[in-house]
Amino acid sequence: MATLNSKIPEGPLSEKWTKYRAEMKLVNPANKSKLDIILVGTGLAGSSAASSLGELGYNVKVFCYQDSPRRAHSVAAQGGINAAKNYRNDGDSVYRLFYDMIKGGDYRSREANVYRAAEVSNATIDQLTAQGVPFAREYGGTLDNRSFGGVQVSRTFYSKGQTGQQCLLGAFSGLIRQVNKGTVKMYPRRDVLEIVVVDGKARGIITRNLVTGEIERHSAHAVVLATGGYGTIYYLSTLALNSNVSAAWSAFKKGAFFGNPSFIQIHPSSIPVLNEYQAKLTLMSESLRNDGRVWVPKEKGDHRHANEIPEEERDYYLERRYPAYGNLVPRDVGSRAAKERCDAGYGVGETGLAVNLDFKDAIAKQGKKAIENKYGNLFEMYEKITGINPYVEPMRIYPAGHYTMGGLWVDYELMTTITGLYAIGESNFSDHGANRLGASSLMQCAGDGYFVIPNTIGNYLAGEIRTAKIQTSLPEFEEAEKSAKARIEKLMAVKGTKTVTSFHKRLGKIMWDFCGMSRNEAGLTKALTLIDELNDEYWKDVKVPGSNNELNQELEKAIRVADFFGIAKLMVIDALNRKESCGAHFREESQTETGEAKRDDANFAYVSAWEYKGENQSPILHKEELKFENVELKIRDYK
Amino acid sequence: MNIKLKIWRQENSKVKGKFIDYVLDNVSPGMSFLEMLDALNTKLIQEGGSPVAFEHDCREGICGSCGLYINGRPHGPGEKSTTCELHMRSFKDGDTIIVEPWRAKAFPVIRDLIVDRSGFDEILKAGGFISVNAGAAPEANSILVNKEVSEEAFDVATCIGCGACVAACKNASAMLFVSAKISQLAILPQGKVEAAQRVQAMVAKMDELGFGNCTNTYACEAECPKGIKVINIARMNREFFTAKVVSQKTT
Repeated sequence: MATLNSKIPEGPLSEKWTKYRAEMKLVNPANKSKLDIILVGTGLAGSSAASSLGELGYNVKVFCYQDSPRRAHSVAAQGGINAAKNYRNDGDSVYRLFYDMIKGGDYRSREANVYRAAEVSNATIDQLTAQGVPFAREYGGTLDNRSFGGVQVSRTFYSKGQTGQQCLLGAFSGLIRQVNKGTVKMYPRRDVLEIVVVDGKARGIITRNLVTGEIERHSAHAVVLATGGYGTIYYLSTLALNSNVSAAWSAFKKGAFFGNPSFIQIHPSSIPVLNEYQAKLTLMSESLRNDGRVWVPKEKGDHRHANEIPEEERDYYLERRYPAYGNLVPRDVGSRAAKERCDAGYGVGETGLAVNLDFKDAIAKQGKKAIENKYGNLFEMYEKITGINPYVEPMRIYPAGHYTMGGLWVDYELMTTITGLYAIGESNFSDHGANRLGASSLMQCAGDGYFVIPNTIGNYLAGEIRTAKIQTSLPEFEEAEKSAKARIEKLMAVKGTKTVTSFHKRLGKIMWDFCGMSRNEAGLTKALTLIDELNDEYWKDVKVPGSNNELNQELEKAIRVADFFGIAKLMVIDALNRKESCGAHFREESQTETGEAKRDDANFAYVSAWEYKGENQSPILHKEELKFENVELKIRDYK
Repeated sequence: MNIKLKIWRQENSKVKGKFIDYVLDNVSPGMSFLEMLDALNTKLIQEGGSPVAFEHDCREGICGSCGLYINGRPHGPGEKSTTCELHMRSFKDGDTIIVEPWRAKAFPVIRDLIVDRSGFDEILKAGGFISVNAGAAPEANSILVNKEVSEEAFDVATCIGCGACVAACKNASAMLFVSAKISQLAILPQGKVEAAQRVQAMVAKMDELGFGNCTNTYACEAECPKGIKVINIARMNREFFTAKVVSQKTT
């Protein structure tokens, strides 16, 4: 039975990582090439980990579902990557970055992990720059910084609006260099169906080759998951369409605890749903709210063109409700306020699920040129998608599922509760508490991959140098393969009448309505029943065409959606348990008189770590008490 | 809108493919091109047919997964846009749209509209990197880079590796793609150390994989969704010849 030991090193916060590295076990260079590591996922965390582990001399096998690792969804991150360089001389430090993240996460993350993430951030910028990432520069040739998401310093490094793409391509170049050297072997176009555990240790994976349909066994001394988040639970989200939870979910089913599954960030400004076939929501950067004013008509169901609605008939609801912060309220508040207006019938557009983001006043005051200089590329992107020119009429925006703070529970070494199974980047729960600050996800991913996992995995593998190559003929592999095949056959055998996507859409709607921006006991309880009913229907009526021995994109989706039912239920159970509001998790029962989130530190200052107990059994809650030895718990205040 | 489609269908790499005609009603101008294909697939599945396989992921023009030959143009009629950014308002009611996979010897068809572009990663593997291990990097601001140089490097680094340049070229040349990566790393001071070896290794691999030569038609630049310029090919050629002459390490 796994126990919850976060393995936080003793000593002062700023010395923990140094102390850990001084005491950790090392693997002799000659032994490293005898040790196999499986790495799943090739976003910024996975790619940076693959290159670093390859550089150390380990024998690394890397898996991704895309045709190339460089397409993983880190590529879509826009704004930037944080580091505590203090290049601006504006009072930044490792401690301040740490503090901002703890506070931004609404005091629901682990101090030691967050501090380390801040501590390694500077080396990450050095590394990416050395690899040729073209970060923005000052005229003197030094690196430029900008401000981001409510913090008081400028610590964000960026490459225009494509920082994620540039960082990922940099990390990928390190990965491909190791492929060239023979330390890393690539397995693209693979989905992970099972984690294989032998004598309590993670020893391999079962994959499906997406081109041939072949079910394959792969073994290693340790397994690292870098599989990202599960924001596609809502069907429509800012994530890549093929992003999924399957690898993490199979880890959960094999004994890895899931941390804070209900913590999911809803970004307030994405291009809204335009038609029933829409498959994807595209983000419009938060920075637009510096100059754009958010409004809906004062009259319900006012279908006039936005430009025909006179000033006095517009409700600038953010300015009305939050006069101090106005249009620049934090993400969670902005999202909830938009939902409230639309639910009450004031939404705009054909669907009524959108609000206006209007630049009329800013253009009148500053001139079109000034607005173009600041947001030109975003305006262009908006027009490309909607066909509407935002210089002459307001943008329409609506909140969208974006980032999962929750994920596999990991200890200080980023090891899950399965020995030898690690989770890095967005796939773990550890660094962002109940709300993530902008530009800190790239930072965490690269930090985990370049500097944390290469150290901590050695501490474990030092004890494995006498373990011979793991044989894939072991009964545990046999068993896992059988289980994977049985599930696929069961799915193919349903031969129902409804498409996989139709179920995903319906599941997404349940989650969006009851476990999205705003949650309450009655709604969550109802969601549990609805998910169960839909799950039953899925296994009776889903239609998967074709066969399992070929490239079959419908089957790929069907396997992933089956796992989404599981995580959906776990999210709801977690949201039901946490009767407080914190960060992105807003329980309507726990709010202040003015409708703000009300945390309950006396009862909920813990990480919820859920343990799987079987198909039709309730998961068991384990609590990791959060001890704040360096930071005083305060109320996040936007007034 | 009512749309007629002629789509290339091919079960796998071993069998011959052919065009199949489809008709799709109720297409809304606000739909993206890929959402239109989603709708077609829903219809095909419900009718007991086999859905059209096509590659896609981010659906916001940045991952480079999607790539269809639409009415004879890579990524279709839009300027500087990927297939996923193309919307049905670019077509008229009653239009016939021809949809094909990328056509290039070095990009064999895997199924329907999906091709194997692993050749690109093979070329990058040969030298598309700067050899610096994690932990060995100097302090970031110890490498000064002129702002304009940095922006020039950024502009070529925006390549998404979709393969439209190869598909557009009558010779199926990969030179725009390869020159973008070579240029990014040759422009920046960090990449200069290995520039000579890099260009030789990458060009050799490109030739080995069966990508064609450049005959200056500029079709690649015209179809590149990220606006990568052919001037980079000239830079690559310059780098290549200089490397041949200067470098002792010829490949």
